[in-house]
Amino acid sequence: MKALRNYFDKIRPNFEEGGKYHWLHSVYEGFESFLFVPNTTSKSGVHIHDSRDTKRTMSIVVVALMPALLFGMYNVGLQHYMAIGMEVGFWTRFFYGLLAVLPQIVISYVVGLGIEFTVAQMKGEEIAEGFLVTGILIPMILPIDTPLWMVAVATAFAVIFAKEVFGGTGYNIFNVALIARAFLFFSYPSKMSGDKVFVRTGSALGMGHPEMVDGVAKTVDGFSGATPLTQLATTDAPHFASFSFTGVTGQPLSLSDMFWGFIPGSVGEVSTFAILLGAILLISTGVGSWKTMLSVFLGGLFTITLVNLFAVNATMEMPAYYHFLLGGFAFGAVFMATDPVTSARTEKGKWIYGFLIGLIAVTIRIFNPGYPEGMMLAILLMNAFAPLIDFYVIDANVKQRLKRVGNNKRK
Amino acid sequence: MADRILIKKGLQIPLLGEPDEVFRGRVTSEFVKVCPEDFHGITPKVAVKVNDRVKAGTALFYEKRHPEMLFASPVSGVVTAIERGEKRRILHFTVQADKEIQYEDFGKKDVASLSSDEVKKSILDAGIWFLIKQRPYDLIANPDKAPRDIFVTGFDTAPLAPSYDFILEGQEADLQTGLDALTKLTAGKVYLSISPKTTNKGLRNAKNVIINEFDGPHPAGNVGVQINHLSPVNRGETVWTLNALDVAIIGRLFNKGVVDLTRTVALTGSEVKQTGYYQMLIGTELTPIFKNNVTEGITLRYISGNPLTGTKIDENGVLRAYHSQVTVIPEGKEVLEPLGWASLSPNRYSAGCTYPHLKRNPGKKYRLDARIKGGQRAIIMSNEYDKVFPMDIFPEQLIKAIIAFNIDKMENLGIYEVAPEDFALCEFVDTSKLELQKIVRTGLDMLYKEME
Repeated sequence: MKALRNYFDKIRPNFEEGGKYHWLHSVYEGFESFLFVPNTTSKSGVHIHDSRDTKRTMSIVVVALMPALLFGMYNVGLQHYMAIGMEVGFWTRFFYGLLAVLPQIVISYVVGLGIEFTVAQMKGEEIAEGFLVTGILIPMILPIDTPLWMVAVATAFAVIFAKEVFGGTGYNIFNVALIARAFLFFSYPSKMSGDKVFVRTGSALGMGHPEMVDGVAKTVDGFSGATPLTQLATTDAPHFASFSFTGVTGQPLSLSDMFWGFIPGSVGEVSTFAILLGAILLISTGVGSWKTMLSVFLGGLFTITLVNLFAVNATMEMPAYYHFLLGGFAFGAVFMATDPVTSARTEKGKWIYGFLIGLIAVTIRIFNPGYPEGMMLAILLMNAFAPLIDFYVIDANVKQRLKRVGNNKRK
Repeated sequence: MADRILIKKGLQIPLLGEPDEVFRGRVTSEFVKVCPEDFHGITPKVAVKVNDRVKAGTALFYEKRHPEMLFASPVSGVVTAIERGEKRRILHFTVQADKEIQYEDFGKKDVASLSSDEVKKSILDAGIWFLIKQRPYDLIANPDKAPRDIFVTGFDTAPLAPSYDFILEGQEADLQTGLDALTKLTAGKVYLSISPKTTNKGLRNAKNVIINEFDGPHPAGNVGVQINHLSPVNRGETVWTLNALDVAIIGRLFNKGVVDLTRTVALTGSEVKQTGYYQMLIGTELTPIFKNNVTEGITLRYISGNPLTGTKIDENGVLRAYHSQVTVIPEGKEVLEPLGWASLSPNRYSAGCTYPHLKRNPGKKYRLDARIKGGQRAIIMSNEYDKVFPMDIFPEQLIKAIIAFNIDKMENLGIYEVAPEDFALCEFVDTSKLELQKIVRTGLDMLYKEME
């Protein structure tokens, strides 16, 4: 480590004002502060500082995402081999998933960080860490069969138009990862929904090659890649009791399948268990707000209970726990709604913000036949309203203060 | 029985180097330096020339807009230098001290028989008016404006802070006289806040004032927090603030008839071998107490004051005007810490829980250095400042209003109630490493210019 430190010190002059690589100084600083805690000391204000910084905070979020990501990779492999009717072991499934997901992660990071580095360099600022989280979120909320070029385009669009134009990390109004997804959702709807995209039947970097029939991967009889929520949205069963969710080979899905995550869906969202692990880490480290998470579920529960009372079809009859286990509800509540920059920033505001996300997400799921999943739109919509919620929370404090002046004058 | 107010939010940073409650003697130095920069917001006009003889209590300079506001020399002797820096700003007055201090005689006075104006004039003439500060703007009190109330804090909760109980031992009479003087200065009330742990009789049984107990972690001892809970400052109002140690100095003036700017100072910090209390005048060089008494071999940071709000000085520095504490911590610039963001070391202190928590025993104290430990970012995390800001104010929104210099918003969000020191803990915990105290200070100064 000492040698590396010396090396960094040796090459530093090249990156300083007048050095031949000065145009890369943000990159140099980025790598240096990644490897070593910067030893700049305070010049004004407090003489001591807390050990946590943005790097630490963002790392915690990335670690919290790991269980969901790793399980998601395994599940990609699992669904794939079930669909093509091959019996393989655990590691084969996992490696298939790894090979399928990794290119998306790499593309998302390369494109996103590339833009971040360039912008930081242009503005002469340090590189912000925000994209470390966004970069891993994007592949986790996309269907596995999203073409790589779409990942690249969506990432570029989101980073530039949802973040950098507002001023970079900390200034954005909308959740950047969700903007990437929404961009694809509205630009290429056929690639983002339906029963083909959530289970990969083709090979991943040469692995898991299926039998080809007329240029199309041969799948098992009765194959359907529809996610449970799509199945529900398209069912003509009159009652929820007479309806059942099925997996890719037509096998019935149990509640425990849904909890552990053996179901088709976006990479990160399938396993409620893995998401729960992430939630525990986020809450115990204080990085994610438990108030937001809890209130999203409360909002969902409230709405579903109400809808259940007046249910007239299978969708309306589905009980709350199915909603929480299926689709992106839990993932959105834990990792998306809690994004501190785009969420409400006041504590009271977080309760309202979360509650409305839960309410709107469920409402979209149940009442809009076009969109089987409502979490993304609910969060983006509430992102737009978060400042308004904060405004009213703060305004109450302001009113109190102004009232105090009035009282004193009367005295 | 005093009313008890419980402060829940806040943070007691567990630092190594608490001062031992042992008195280690009086420190003197040949040269005494007074730095006008300690008195924020004043424009000093020189009242002496180099080679002039001064007594303790003779004015060295005065405030341009208030010529009656004098600033006393703490010591008698010869003015040997008036050093100036950029734009001829005065850095410090140096007085070569006499062996035996001669005091300017202001005459003993019975406060009870004095009028409000006489009390005010006595303090101004003696050159110790600077001990009284005001809110809004956290400046030296404007003597022309009658304060609604006066607030005195009787304890300090800052990291490694000196014990007021210990310092005020034997000064109970001066303290009471000082409080009596303050009651003359306002038509409103004089509030004295103490801690539940306060034992000093002079504080606990103070007369003619309203005593409240504040129980809780830092910043419970900050006068700003106390005002916010007792009777917040509104637009157009002015309150004056002091700490009990300064009140005792004012009391001394009336009881003894002289300006005695002696402070009992706690020497603290992880790098001090033998901590303890020393008596010295404001402006005394601190070299004698650092000599052979601090860690060798690493760069050190010397602070007059506490590690949150103190002034950075060098090892030949002097005790600054408002401080009763001197702290020495490691500078930390030679520390090599690879991949700190991934560290699992239990020796990295954090108020949050992003570093291993289970191993941390509650009594563990930390040796923190002066590194910022991160890069400056936009405000990202929410509810970080709120946790250490026990006032009915939204700190983050106020900071943003100050940065944008939106006067209406600043007023509405409570700018008149705060001082930079109230944001010290926010600055400590901030993941975005923003210089919040500086932001607040600049905001208050700009607002002052705009409004007055």
